[in-house]
Amino acid sequence: MSVREQAALVLEDGRVFRGEAYGAVGATVGEAVFCTGMTGYQETLTDPSYHRQIVVATAPQIGNTGWNDEDDESARIWVSGYVVRDPARVPSNWRSRRSLDSELERQGVVGISGVDTRTLTRHLRERGAMRSGVFSGAELSDVDTMVGRVQASPQMAGADLAGDVTTPEPYVIPAVGERRLRVAALDLGIKANTPRLMAARGIEVHVLPLKSTVEDLLAVSPDGVFLSNGPGDPATMDHAVALTRQVLERRLPLFGICFGNQILGRALGRETYKMRYGHRGINIPVIDTATGKVAITAQNHGFALEGEPGEVFDTPYGSAVVSHYCPNDNTVEGLRCQDVPAFSVQYHPEAAAGPHDAAPLFDEFVTLMEQAR
Amino acid sequence: MPKRTDIAHVLVIGSGPIVIGQACEFDYSGTQACRVLREEGLRVSLVNSNPATIMTDPEFADATYIEPITPEFVEKVIAAERPDAILATLGGQTALNTAVALHERGVLDKYAVELIGADIDAIQRGEDRQLFKDIVRSIGAEVPRSSVCKSMEEVRATVAELGLPVVIRPSFTMGGLGSGMAHTPEELERLASVGLAESPVTEVLIEESVLGWKEYELELMRDRNDNVVVICSIENIDPMGVHTGDSVTVAPAMTLTDREFQHMRDVGIQVIRAVGVDTGGCNIQFAFHPQTGRMVVIEMNPRVSRSSALASKATGFPIAKIAAKLAIGYTLDEIRNDITGQTPASFEPTLDYVVVKVPRFAFEKFPGADPTLTTTMKSVGEAMSIGRNFSEALNKALRSMETKATGFWTRPDPDTTTLAGTLEALRTGHDGRLYTVERALRLGATVQQVHEACGIDPWFVDQIAALVELRAELVGAPVLDEALLRRAKRAGLSDPQIAALRPELAGEDGVRTLRHRLGVRPVFKTVDTCAAEFAAHTPYHYSAYESDPAAESEVSAQRERPKVLILGSGPNRIGQGIEFDYSCVHAAMELRRAGYETVMVNCNPETVSTDYDTSDRLYFEPLTFEDVLEVVHAERTSGTVAGVIVQLGGQTPLGLAQRLADAGVPVVGTSPEAIHLAEDRGAFGDLLTSAALPAPKYGTATSFAGAKRIADEIGYPVLVRPSYVLGGRGMEIVYDEASLAGYIARATEVSPEHPVLVDRFLDDAIEIDVDALCDGTEVFLGGVMEHIEEAGIHSGDSSCALPPITLGRTDLDAVRRSTEAIAHGIGVRGLLNVQYALKDDVLYVLEANPRASRTVPFVSKATAVPLAKAAARIALGASIAELRAEGLLPAGDGADLPADSPVAVKEAVLPFHRFRTPEGHGVDSLLGPEMKSTGEVMGIDFSFGQAFAKSQTASYGSLPTSGRVFVSVANRDKRAMVFPVKRLADLGFEVLATSGTAEVLRRNGIACTVVRKHFEGEGTIVDEILAGRVEMVINTPYGNHGPRVDGYEIRTAAVARDIPCITTVSGAAAAVHGIEALIRGDIGVRSLQSLQERLRDGRA
Repeated sequence: MSVREQAALVLEDGRVFRGEAYGAVGATVGEAVFCTGMTGYQETLTDPSYHRQIVVATAPQIGNTGWNDEDDESARIWVSGYVVRDPARVPSNWRSRRSLDSELERQGVVGISGVDTRTLTRHLRERGAMRSGVFSGAELSDVDTMVGRVQASPQMAGADLAGDVTTPEPYVIPAVGERRLRVAALDLGIKANTPRLMAARGIEVHVLPLKSTVEDLLAVSPDGVFLSNGPGDPATMDHAVALTRQVLERRLPLFGICFGNQILGRALGRETYKMRYGHRGINIPVIDTATGKVAITAQNHGFALEGEPGEVFDTPYGSAVVSHYCPNDNTVEGLRCQDVPAFSVQYHPEAAAGPHDAAPLFDEFVTLMEQAR
Repeated sequence: MPKRTDIAHVLVIGSGPIVIGQACEFDYSGTQACRVLREEGLRVSLVNSNPATIMTDPEFADATYIEPITPEFVEKVIAAERPDAILATLGGQTALNTAVALHERGVLDKYAVELIGADIDAIQRGEDRQLFKDIVRSIGAEVPRSSVCKSMEEVRATVAELGLPVVIRPSFTMGGLGSGMAHTPEELERLASVGLAESPVTEVLIEESVLGWKEYELELMRDRNDNVVVICSIENIDPMGVHTGDSVTVAPAMTLTDREFQHMRDVGIQVIRAVGVDTGGCNIQFAFHPQTGRMVVIEMNPRVSRSSALASKATGFPIAKIAAKLAIGYTLDEIRNDITGQTPASFEPTLDYVVVKVPRFAFEKFPGADPTLTTTMKSVGEAMSIGRNFSEALNKALRSMETKATGFWTRPDPDTTTLAGTLEALRTGHDGRLYTVERALRLGATVQQVHEACGIDPWFVDQIAALVELRAELVGAPVLDEALLRRAKRAGLSDPQIAALRPELAGEDGVRTLRHRLGVRPVFKTVDTCAAEFAAHTPYHYSAYESDPAAESEVSAQRERPKVLILGSGPNRIGQGIEFDYSCVHAAMELRRAGYETVMVNCNPETVSTDYDTSDRLYFEPLTFEDVLEVVHAERTSGTVAGVIVQLGGQTPLGLAQRLADAGVPVVGTSPEAIHLAEDRGAFGDLLTSAALPAPKYGTATSFAGAKRIADEIGYPVLVRPSYVLGGRGMEIVYDEASLAGYIARATEVSPEHPVLVDRFLDDAIEIDVDALCDGTEVFLGGVMEHIEEAGIHSGDSSCALPPITLGRTDLDAVRRSTEAIAHGIGVRGLLNVQYALKDDVLYVLEANPRASRTVPFVSKATAVPLAKAAARIALGASIAELRAEGLLPAGDGADLPADSPVAVKEAVLPFHRFRTPEGHGVDSLLGPEMKSTGEVMGIDFSFGQAFAKSQTASYGSLPTSGRVFVSVANRDKRAMVFPVKRLADLGFEVLATSGTAEVLRRNGIACTVVRKHFEGEGTIVDEILAGRVEMVINTPYGNHGPRVDGYEIRTAAVARDIPCITTVSGAAAAVHGIEALIRGDIGVRSLQSLQERLRDGRA
């Protein structure tokens, strides 16, 4: 058993957790958040919504299934750091091509292992997600210096990050089989499985950069507009909010997820706020207020919309309802406009990682678009 | 959707006696169900024949029927109680099969009773293999290719198509009974014919082999709003081919990506919907091809299962409790998660730890049985452990097993170990296969080689390889510094394991001293269902070693109430089962009521004691000295420990008593010194001598010559046993010098270090078992039980009656005087069990155990006195007088029961039909001084005959009321057998006998038919039995070994046909009483509450 270089995870409140270097050796800063999923680290690490975050895996054994060529949700690993307890020494899965450790190293992602991730999670639960840094090798120094570096790093509140992760150029994912519909998807940090699931339903997906104008959207003659997930503070997304209002005015069918839910909410006049530690996991219940049914969902958000379960409110586009909520804490999990064809959810119907309970939402989007024709 | 308003009264069906494949997990689930239903304001009736369960405590139901779980008796219960609904999904396969039988007989319709949880159609779809396969295919998922066969011809035709090997699975059996894998045409013939016979519908499934595939299980729940959640995934470390009950398993799944896991989840959800389990839980098994990832669905249980109990303990999500709430109409989102207190039950638990379950086997109890692990479950129990990584959890589980080996390197390697031989051994599933994996790696095998030999996923093999590397570091390090020690502890190694590698540390104590000096101690984490996302309100803890200096312990301070730690009994095994858990749970309930904070320590996931709301705090930990000491330390840090109770959990905690006391732990109740006094033959012999209590003569020998000398002096027959084992292991009764020589020759370990004890055996004596309480001043006789078999059958295997049916007042007075002398002589503070033999009006003391015995729950139920509760209070200082004043104990005691008290009969349940020799023959069902039973039932009624008949019906199926009885008895028994056989003939039975027995019977005026002995060619008695032409067998053997082949064949044939096989004279007499009661036809059902009320009235 080789002994790795020492490493430290330092929180902005001065608390230090010690372990060994994992992945790349060096220094990194980001918001420390914990994710409770027991599977799907490859999807999580490549999810653009985790940009500028140091992710703490609560599941202790990480890397067991290695890294394969199929499960990336984007072209790269986006997390700024990875905190685990017990990394696998050898990966074991018929699809594995290399180890997680080597992939992190190859992509220069600084990680730390051997940390008491449960104590860390409890700390973040009580004190809230906060800035942090991982330091190893030559970057490992005295606590004050490291805390100073963390405190000098930018806050997540007020961070405008979607521009970092959006596609520079538009691209098209063709429909599988006959094309039934065309969707303009605004890429705020879209995951690969989202256009894949839409394509499987006969949708040709035009993925467009964040800075697209309504003209750019309309140029693809879409049957509907999709607002993706993405990183950062939704309060900074004025351009996307304005674009959404233009879509609503044109009564184009619209579906938003995660960040897209917050943007739709803002377009409808609602405020967002930063949650203490957010929802990050693949076991989160959501109740549909219309049916009372529960879906187990994949989630990854640190901000949420103001609102109460079932609340009906007036918007410039008619009435809207808080259609879904999380029974764990009654946070808003979905909106539905009653006078324009628009709805959104705070969770991830594309899952990856996570359960597929919410996948029928894409079918609802299809229905919405077909009805609007 | 709120609770249904159309159900006011539910009948819960339990699972009956503990058998292999169906253990106390169903007491856990049934107890939860009863509790929930009553909390919801429903009337609960319960039927279960197992007295050792918590669920049959009278306070858990409104009407508790300790009656046989047969359609006939359950119908009587339904007729008496008229419930609105039956909940059969929490009582294992027994309850489910009974529900199906009630439906088929039209009983459910007749009384308008609804099956809740799963209806008949869902049960059929889940249980009928072909229907189930069709359903799986209809949702687009795969199953192994297969065909259902109803005859050997169909079996052969199917195999011609599929090719060998194939798996054989009989329909409607539990625990994989009768199933196996056939690699050759010969194996196919044998296994398929047995399978057809075992199946109640004469049907087997012949299936494509998925041997060596990765095996997984999902536990799912569904509510009536069609919400489905996955509670837990379980990965079997032993790949397909070994029954999941016999596999080492881990939760959560360790080697699946999210993509594969979600595919399995999707299919699981579609299956539960398509099968139509409306409300409640189910368990679905899957197999994955290790190279291609092809996934097939193996089977489902449309009910709560053993795996559900494991999943509940592994996640903190109480499946049975939630299933009961769903069954009466609630939906998941309406039920609160007890642990967080704020979030609903409509979520999927997530773990930030790893759980490992290891099965416990008992092959040593069944000489000749094939120890190869197959698709038929053979284990008798299991231990679970929780660690922060796999390695820690595995090592904790291995040291929880209560076996000689307490983890890797704690026993010397076999002498003949070679790499090639070790790899070869890995090819077959066997008890301790992970030890073999470790040895292979240590001998130089690569992870890949080991994986290829045994099919265990390389990830798991590598985890053990890491331990082998760590071992080399531990052996090679110049000094054991803090960093290395911490790494060893973080990997889960125990102090004794480290001590085995570092002799200079002078054993476990030396390692512990060093460890404490270096500050290397565990932290205690919490099982909270949510990986710390929400605060937990339930103190359900496990230990873990962290290397991070920021690590925190989560044991909260509690300084208002004194704490009492109760040490549980560990994994179920033969001789130590649910009865001890019952006593521990009672102690927890009573001490909590009396104002103590109760802290349970145990590692058995099947039990009620390891339910997080049984005690105030739960530590799911191995019951080793090291682990218990760390729990005591954690609890002392958080408050005041008033005492540790070791006398209720059986031998496991008792064995820790002295060392705990030496370490300054306040062991309450009977002192360790007193425990030692009872166990030390010399000291105990002195005690008996000074109290003028007779005991059988005995001596100790280190050679045949010595043993012969002693036997000649005290006279044959003698009871011989090794001096170094407990629980009757290796004990035999020998009747002559030749047998003695044979025994000594077999007991190869006899030496000056390992002497043999030779006791006079009291032939034809009546054995008496007593459970008593002593507070230092007074002795309370809880119950005096008279064994139905003569002395010589292990008390755990013999049936007994309470009140004693043939003992007179003077006998009882002698029992009282002797018990008082022993209790005071030993210095008992709590429970005491004494075994006596009464011969020629002399009461001999055989044995005394100053602890809760196996019979405590039986006695408590038969006499309506909570002995274990009283014992716990006495241990903490209450007197019998005080407990009488409180009303916990009645006036008088169990030796002066009212004259019209009901009679209770306890009968043991034996697992012989689950074992086969490697050649495929049955194993001998003969009883002896070594315990072999896995569980017990109780029959209770107003006469001995009725109670005995019930006990037989509950354990073996009903006694016959007509037909043919075969009688063959040893010469010494022939005279005693005349009367009962005469009675049977008078009752209309045709008597079959071998020539010798027939001669004696005819001389006494009993007409009988002579049948050939086994070795006398065609048409022998064995053929008759196997052909189903014999209804009952009475066969008493002579000695335990020797020329008894005939008896052996007869008994195994009886086991194979599942007909009563009586092996003692007194057993035959009891059977006659029972048969008379059955013929009279006046056997009804009576609730325990009504029987106990009558007892209390009789006392008042």
